[in-house]
Amino acid sequence: MSRSRSETPGAPEPTEGTLRPADHADSTTDAGAGEITQPALGLVGWLRWGWRQLTSMRTALVLLLLLAIAAVPGSIVPQRSADPNGVTQYYVDNPDLAPVLDGLQLFDVYTSIWFSAIYILLFISLIGCVIPRTRHHWKALRARPPRTPARLERLADFRSSIIELPAGAAPDTAAATAIEVAADQLKRGGYRVERYDSRGTLSVSAERGYVRETGNLVFHTALIGVLVAVGVGGGFTYTGQGVIIEGGTFVNTLLDYTSFNPGRFVDEETLTPYSLTLDDFSVTYQPSGTQGAGQAGDFVAHLTTQIAGESAQQGEVRVNHPLDMAGDRIYLMGNGYAPTITIRNSDGIVVFSESVPFLAQDTNMTSLGVIKVPDGMPEQLGLVGFFYPTQAPLTTGAFASAYPSLVNPVITLDVYEGDLGIDDGTPRSVYALDTTDMTQLTGRKIDVDSIELAPGETADLPAGLGTITFENESPAGAEGYDESVKRFVSLSIHRDAAATWVLLFAVLAVLGLLAALFIPRRRLWVKATPDGRTVRLEYAGLARGEDPAIAAALDQFVERHGDAVAPLLRETLTTPGPPTAPDRDDVDGSEPGRADPRPVD
Amino acid sequence: MPGTLTLDSVSVLLVWTAIAIYALAFIAYAVDLSRRGARAADAQDAVTRERELVSVGAAEATAEATGSTAAGRDATSRLRAQEREAEAAFQAPPSERPRLIWARIGTSLTVLGFLFHLGGDITRGIAAGRVPWSNMYEFALTGTLLIVAVYLASLLRYDLRFLGSFITGLVVLLLGGAALAFYVEISPLMDPLKSVWLVIHVFVASLATAIFALAFGLSVLQLMQARREQKTAALADASSATIAAAKTGPRFLRTLPGSDALESIAYRFAIIGFIFWTFTLIAGSIWANDAWGRYWGFDTKEVWTFVIWVLYAGYIHARATRGWRGSRSAWLSIIGFTAVMFNFTIVNMFFKGLHAYSGLS
Ligand code: HEM
Repeated sequence: MSRSRSETPGAPEPTEGTLRPADHADSTTDAGAGEITQPALGLVGWLRWGWRQLTSMRTALVLLLLLAIAAVPGSIVPQRSADPNGVTQYYVDNPDLAPVLDGLQLFDVYTSIWFSAIYILLFISLIGCVIPRTRHHWKALRARPPRTPARLERLADFRSSIIELPAGAAPDTAAATAIEVAADQLKRGGYRVERYDSRGTLSVSAERGYVRETGNLVFHTALIGVLVAVGVGGGFTYTGQGVIIEGGTFVNTLLDYTSFNPGRFVDEETLTPYSLTLDDFSVTYQPSGTQGAGQAGDFVAHLTTQIAGESAQQGEVRVNHPLDMAGDRIYLMGNGYAPTITIRNSDGIVVFSESVPFLAQDTNMTSLGVIKVPDGMPEQLGLVGFFYPTQAPLTTGAFASAYPSLVNPVITLDVYEGDLGIDDGTPRSVYALDTTDMTQLTGRKIDVDSIELAPGETADLPAGLGTITFENESPAGAEGYDESVKRFVSLSIHRDAAATWVLLFAVLAVLGLLAALFIPRRRLWVKATPDGRTVRLEYAGLARGEDPAIAAALDQFVERHGDAVAPLLRETLTTPGPPTAPDRDDVDGSEPGRADPRPVD
Repeated sequence: MPGTLTLDSVSVLLVWTAIAIYALAFIAYAVDLSRRGARAADAQDAVTRERELVSVGAAEATAEATGSTAAGRDATSRLRAQEREAEAAFQAPPSERPRLIWARIGTSLTVLGFLFHLGGDITRGIAAGRVPWSNMYEFALTGTLLIVAVYLASLLRYDLRFLGSFITGLVVLLLGGAALAFYVEISPLMDPLKSVWLVIHVFVASLATAIFALAFGLSVLQLMQARREQKTAALADASSATIAAAKTGPRFLRTLPGSDALESIAYRFAIIGFIFWTFTLIAGSIWANDAWGRYWGFDTKEVWTFVIWVLYAGYIHARATRGWRGSRSAWLSIIGFTAVMFNFTIVNMFFKGLHAYSGLS
């Protein structure tokens, strides 16, 4: 059933076929021919031999399998690219093993030397494979279908029949008619046809399915396209993160990004000038008492967007629905609460007044935040603490948030005094407080009550330093705490120059693949040999590559051809000549004029 | 307690009923295989006995001299005849297939199980108000449904009933396992899952998996068949008595198409699966680009999807590489499907990554 094997003895292998690597299963080169050529040929010979090896099917296969194997460790060991915290944790958990793995580049598998080596070799092999095949296919596309083999009966798929001609018919004409009909039918069936007539035998040679090879080449070339697009496009790609608090505005300059990763060719000075203002962030929580209570969903950041020099527009960013902005795409990455805190010194002067983003630590939005007051106090002041949208005591006496929305919002803070460590220019995370050079003024550790505030409340700072207020941001007249604390969103802004190209090549690859796998490439031959008062018709098919349906296709063609030829022979051969069929109703009822395709076994 | 019977518990009930019916189908199919084996053995015994009678009557001297090679040639030609017959039956339209009573029972039960299974899947979807493939339990529910669907649909074209016990066995294991270990109550979708790509990407991935499952079963049979053929060929110059006594593997294999034919059909399933898998990969990237802001990031699930894709590309290549066609390439198909199963179970449950949608905690 596996028709593609052309190991059929004597199967003709005309040269204008498909060029494939020498060790392709369908290749005609003698098995092992590639290996026999031992290069005693000097450098050029060695190079040629190496190239042959690299572009062979076996090498491609081995490289593919290696690629599959090499990709696996990256799913077991945390990767710096996808999970940097995982890598840090891994170092903590396996202090001995981690450096070894790092030495083997196992935390950067996909950019490692060995992984790159495999795919680069694979793609060199691929290019070395595709180029000669393309050249060859280009020629094949314009070549004539191959000469009809002398002995069709030696092909695996072979049928024949004998047509008995009515008396007086000219067998040569009949044969010619049969072949013309066949050529015509084949042409209409999408075959490219060529007549090959020789003494005593007329034949048509037909081939179809060139698209199969075209598809194969398109597929493999498109893979190269994907790789190139990823590689080159990556240079023009940037990603950056920004935080916007409700009411606040983000301007697309390097200044406003909390982090920014540009590709090699990105000019950071020429980012499209636009601004984003967070008007409102909305989210819904699964009500308590239902399955999945507290689960957050339907996050929407409502933005006012403005490109410099144009009018402002409304836009929204949702999960799965980034906002397109002047060629950038803006994604919603995170959200949280940003309590507004005002701190006054002992003279009643405001030394700090900001909404401070607190980072959520759990699904109920227990959030951790840091406040830094560098100026206006006797010493620098640092506060670190938690915000609980719905405060509830744990059995340990500590607090946690019991629900993610603002039901019973409380902030608790501990105060540190000393050196914040920000004056010498060392970059510090705004979300962390380095207390090495600071003295703790409140907290369990020193048995002084932490500051605890609900929105709208004010408390004294320890040691008479002043006061701290947790501002209630609710609009005038609002009831409850629903809008008492502002929210913030963290946005990720991307420009991906490659994505469109990658997609384009991927789609091309799929189309090529469909053609390469499902369009059969096959040859058919029809041969007519006049012999006395009969014409012998022979049909043969040869699959070029996987073609499970060739037998059926040949049968179908034989039938259709027979059906078309039979009446034709009767008409054309009986009408023009003298009326040679006087006694219509003779022997055993068979019509004398009927050209009877009779199968021969 | 009909008052508390929610749609979801109806679904669970339907699913368990389906599992029970599939288990019965599995038994019926297994009986079918053993009956096929017995039938094949009977046929062979009859031939052997006949030949022995003949050779007893024949001149002893010539029997001694030529008996063994003649028997060997016989064995080979009998193998060929068996193969031809099995292949014809394999390709025959449903109405002209051999009347294997137990296989019929197996198929009828599978269809029945499928209907319950479909009911369970649909009620789960209605109860949840979304497509029923949004967490591990639901992937398993729909994925196994598709395995059965693809199997039943293929039956219209090929007589694959010899795979029935494999398919029903696999489905009982996966579905039963999922119902026991992965069941979670319906809960609202997490935001990242609210996407048309959930509908497309996951469905197509399940479909590809179902098709790969069939290719896998065929590849396993291909290997078994190839071994049997080898052994039979090795017996080609043994005497008839040795042949009759020799063990060449499970007897039902004699009623199956030859390893070449099995390979060819396995390949056809595999390439269709491969196309769907390619699509899964692309659709997943598009979704990742919408949800996470990058189309590819070597997240664990992405890695495994890629590994599987490359493995099957390797399989397709192997089929076209001299020296790799046949059993070697079959192993790649088997490894490929093992990776698919690994990806679905172990990777989902134990590997860390962005695809944290198993719904398990
Ligand atoms: C990037 C790695 C590669 C991948 C993912 C890949 C994938 C595939 C796939 C899926 C097919 C089946 C579709 C078709 O017939 O067109 C195929 C076929 C083929 N590939 Fe590749 N390929 C790769 C590299 C190569 C290389 C390096 C060569 C050259 C040695 C090669 C030569 C071929 C040939 C000759 C076929 C046709 C097989 C046949 O006749 O059935 N491929 N490849």
